[in-house]
Amino acid sequence: MSKEKITICEDLADIMPPEYQELVATATYGKEDRGWRDVGSSKELIESHSLCAGCPESIAFRYVMASVPAPEDTVFVGSTGCTSLVFPHVAIQNIHSLFGNQNAIASGLHRALKVRFPDQQKDVVVLAGDGATVDIGLDMTLQSWFRQEKFTTICFDNELYANTGGQESGLMQRGFVSKMAPAGKLFDKVRLPEIARESGCHYVACLTVSKPNRVEKVIKNAIYVSRVFGPSFVQLYTPCILEIGKQSMEGLDEMKDAESIGGRFVFKEYMTDEVKNFLKQKDDEDKARKKAAKNK
Amino acid sequence: MNKPVGVKEKGVKMSQHVKLGQKNKKGQVYTDIVDMFNMPEPPSFLTGSEVIRDAVKVASIDLSVAYPITPQSEAAALIGELYAEGYLGDYFRGESEFAVMGQCAGAAFGGARVFTTTAGPGTLRAFENFPMWAGARLPIQVCVTCRGINSPLTIQPDTLEMYFLLETGMLIWHAETAQDLYDYILAGFMVAEQPDVHLPIATCCDGFFVTHTKDTVNKVPDEVCLPPYDPYRSPVPCMDMENPPVRMMRDPFVMKSNYISYSTHASWQQEVRAAIERSRKHTIRILGSLVETQNTDREILIVASGTAVSQSREAIRLLEEEGIKVGLVKLKTIRPFPHAELREATANAKAIFVPEFNLSGWLAREVKACIPNNERVHAGPQVGGGMTMPLEVIAEEIKRYLGIPTETLASRGS
Repeated sequence: MSKEKITICEDLADIMPPEYQELVATATYGKEDRGWRDVGSSKELIESHSLCAGCPESIAFRYVMASVPAPEDTVFVGSTGCTSLVFPHVAIQNIHSLFGNQNAIASGLHRALKVRFPDQQKDVVVLAGDGATVDIGLDMTLQSWFRQEKFTTICFDNELYANTGGQESGLMQRGFVSKMAPAGKLFDKVRLPEIARESGCHYVACLTVSKPNRVEKVIKNAIYVSRVFGPSFVQLYTPCILEIGKQSMEGLDEMKDAESIGGRFVFKEYMTDEVKNFLKQKDDEDKARKKAAKNK
Repeated sequence: MNKPVGVKEKGVKMSQHVKLGQKNKKGQVYTDIVDMFNMPEPPSFLTGSEVIRDAVKVASIDLSVAYPITPQSEAAALIGELYAEGYLGDYFRGESEFAVMGQCAGAAFGGARVFTTTAGPGTLRAFENFPMWAGARLPIQVCVTCRGINSPLTIQPDTLEMYFLLETGMLIWHAETAQDLYDYILAGFMVAEQPDVHLPIATCCDGFFVTHTKDTVNKVPDEVCLPPYDPYRSPVPCMDMENPPVRMMRDPFVMKSNYISYSTHASWQQEVRAAIERSRKHTIRILGSLVETQNTDREILIVASGTAVSQSREAIRLLEEEGIKVGLVKLKTIRPFPHAELREATANAKAIFVPEFNLSGWLAREVKACIPNNERVHAGPQVGGGMTMPLEVIAEEIKRYLGIPTETLASRGS
């Protein structure tokens, strides 16, 4: 899709809501080099959200939306949970259907778009919580990787079922006391990044969203890799401050703690050698392009 | 309620994005379905599974997802062969019926014409998807080759799963024969994809009885095919980022316990049900009617769907030899339920028998809920677990009502 498609005809311009007018006037659709730095200065794809004040997921959402390389040709697939409360606000097409079937939906969607637009790059991105990705939807998550489906899976890992009120999930750390784990969780946090690597993901990253630069880079890498090689997976720690007993302003500290040495979310990245070369080449090209633009 | 809409001059609107008469990459000519059905071909002798394959071959399907479950496995695999020959855009094996129906949904969200098949336990495993398909207005076609439901384990035909499907918001058609199945698969896409319908459709047939027996079928020539699906005639936006993304709502309904959220969900459910009713006119235009009747002036009638109709036809012949006259109403569509047609056909009947291949008697309940003086309805005979329904059992049920002594075939326990 090009930006022309969302342009409003003159006769109707005045009756369109201001958000839409802004989308046409100042969105980063079609802008190469869009990224997290656009947050706050240009029209964002996420207008507002109904998450809790200070929720790290809300900022993760903004970074992800700002980092997607081609929003004008990207469709998101979500699942039930806190993310499904944000998606209705997002100025990008997105599908919510059921809880846990997101990677199945994305498989069908990506294949259909390939059939219908064989010469056009359409990105499909799954964005779901840890319950959807690892517990109820694990089968479909893994099978889509086994089948080498060419789309990116992003997991917002808050280590519990947040939207239903803080129940134990497979990605919860061992020993954590929560609803449905009254004596503390009895088994380890599922090692999803390793599982992703072994299941055929060509690019895997696990990190918090404390560093927007890094989030942007990882999201772009994951999508670029999925276009060429096959499945990619990004696990982002987006702590549920409400359910782990933190204040609104403590989300960032929680993420910084979790990514410090010995923490559960020390930055991890796996990729095949092929992918390493591919990403390096892409980096070099980007640098050359930026340099050329500067010298103009 | 909806205003009744006449069928007269209500043509089935074909999509405009591909002109009729153009050829697809396999050289098949896009043809109006009514014209297709009027193209005479020498009859073929085929199993139901082969008939599914041959219908798919001329249905311009973009994507199909397969999963093994008896008795649809053969059909699902044959569709794969068509894909290998280039008749479908994509085809793969999913990992479970729940996933398969999700994959079908994803493809339909992305604007593809989608076909899949399932049966019995598969239908139930997939179940959460069906109301979602309807609510999301995805015109996916699933061919349900009915099979019993565990436990105990069974692979035999039993139409119980159709009972579960009734309130999913899907169109539900029930084929009696391989010919019906062929016609319904093709007509099903055309009806389900109409903008004022745009709903999923379950084309049901009785497993084994239809899928694994050979029957004479009049097909359309392989050189023609249905016009392709046009996703931009959908009442909801196609998720391909080729149309402007809309901010769907100010607040997600799930967050708000207020009148607007209740009313939105309630009115959407009503709209889905209204869309089922709106499919009538299109179905009648293509299939001629929602019911088929024989001698409805008689005092005794049989109302049935699926292969129970075939058995009833033979039972009627048997009874006729003994001078007992019985009429027949065959229901082709279960959703929409042919209320008006059934009331009219049963207006003069004194006794109405509803033979079924399941023990729940869902069709008898539907009939009872539809007609006046429903004490006329005799729910039965019913067979379960994939048993056959001998003609004599149907005849016996009717003779018992008439007070004619019969040789009892099976003990009733008293």
